[in-house]
Amino acid sequence: MQAVLDNFDAYLKAFGYTFALFLVSGFLSLVLGTLLVAMRVGPIAVLRTAASVYVTVVRNTPLVIVFGFFSFAAPPLGINFKWLDVSIGGYDFTTLFGAAVASLSLYTSAFVCEALRSGINAVPLGQAEAARAIGLPFGGVMRQVVLPLAFRASLPPLASVQIALIKNTSVAAVFGVAEATYDMRSLLNDFGATQKFGIFVCFAIGYIVIVEVFSFISYRLERRWRVAL
Amino acid sequence: MSDSVLFDAPGPRTVRRHRLYGVLGLLAVLGVLAFVIKRFYDAGVFEGDKWEVFVTPDYVRVIIVDGLLNTLKMAGAAVIGACVLGFLLGVAKLSDHRLVRWPAWLVVEFFRAVPVLLLMVFTWFALGINNNGSSFWAVVIALTLYNGAVLAEVLRAGVNAVPKGQREAGYAIGMRKTQVMNIVLMPQAVKIMLPAIISQCIVALKDTALGQYVLAPGLTRIYKQIFLEFDNRVPTMIVIASIYIIINLLLTALATWLQHKLVGRKSPLDVTRIGNMQGGENTGGTI
Repeated sequence: MQAVLDNFDAYLKAFGYTFALFLVSGFLSLVLGTLLVAMRVGPIAVLRTAASVYVTVVRNTPLVIVFGFFSFAAPPLGINFKWLDVSIGGYDFTTLFGAAVASLSLYTSAFVCEALRSGINAVPLGQAEAARAIGLPFGGVMRQVVLPLAFRASLPPLASVQIALIKNTSVAAVFGVAEATYDMRSLLNDFGATQKFGIFVCFAIGYIVIVEVFSFISYRLERRWRVAL
Repeated sequence: MSDSVLFDAPGPRTVRRHRLYGVLGLLAVLGVLAFVIKRFYDAGVFEGDKWEVFVTPDYVRVIIVDGLLNTLKMAGAAVIGACVLGFLLGVAKLSDHRLVRWPAWLVVEFFRAVPVLLLMVFTWFALGINNNGSSFWAVVIALTLYNGAVLAEVLRAGVNAVPKGQREAGYAIGMRKTQVMNIVLMPQAVKIMLPAIISQCIVALKDTALGQYVLAPGLTRIYKQIFLEFDNRVPTMIVIASIYIIINLLLTALATWLQHKLVGRKSPLDVTRIGNMQGGENTGGTI
């Protein structure tokens, strides 16, 4: 416990990186996942197949290997994050951070796609038929009936995907991003002999706070937007 | 696509337009693939001697025995442990006694909210790093605790998904609480749960790859050894990833088969929901 209190700045900074990873890749995964689901439920067979192959492959690959891809296999493809050199208030977002964000976003977007698809599948056919029957054009059917229903129905699985993302940010430690798990390992290295348990509890609490705050927000939204399908 | 909620059945003009988009889409996909292959080719990924190791019997044996077998051992031990732990915690969470229910709730919530990797690192240090088998057990224990907590939720949701009348009927013919649980509810719940348990096996198997951070044996260790020796990072990665993907696809097929055989097409349990922090309270809904 004392070790964490003595290094409280580093502790906060480590969770700052964790939170930054979550925010950036959470946003990107939502965007990419939406694109994927559009391909997957769209009318064009080629794109449908491509998206479903992508989702199947990524879902079944361990996240560590996805990370490995961006660390070792992507550079020969010309995808390195050397151009990334941002520092905001003592936080440096460089190559490693970029690779971590890319891996987490691409991995999570496959799950986001599945969550959104379950939401679209949950919309009864009759709702869209009724919308067409009152003369709404395609855009109106989508905007006013199908997508709101689908989004609300996918909220619980989307929230659990994002919670999984918060926990998955810890994998970035394996590839050298100085976030919470990385920081815990180095603290354990220095003070592990006497304060193992205290250090672990401090870091566990940090993750629990982020997860619980997020799940509280999503729970409130879910309550507010609940819809009987 | 007339069965889709999103589109009407297309007319002849739309069909033509879709065909055009299809061709453009195909060209785009092929273009990306060609680019990747070209760049990999230039970087020498496809040179024969970088792949030779995967057809050399000695190395194939190393990959299968030292890599795959250890990975499966870790995943298997973790799943068995998680089933036992999940059963205990799940039953405790269903208990009528607050003193049993609340600690179980606390334990489940804690281990579901903490990243597996964090648990792994802590267990590794707690077991003692120098001890030879400690990283193996660190992976097993961390995965057991995490998956056990998830399976506890699965069990609770499974028992709750059994129709209410079953429980009432049990009480009506004079069964006691334990009898209702053991004879009426549990057998049906296990049937509903089986596909979800198999899906959890996939999670456990994928997470064994995290063992890399605590120097655990298994496929990720072999990966490092092979590419350090042959300087073939990308080919090795492709092979290791393929092994994981194939096993996971087999498990998915098993889960789907069990689902159709035991439960029917619509599952009362949705695993993505159970991962939800609100403890699967939405399970058994209409979706």
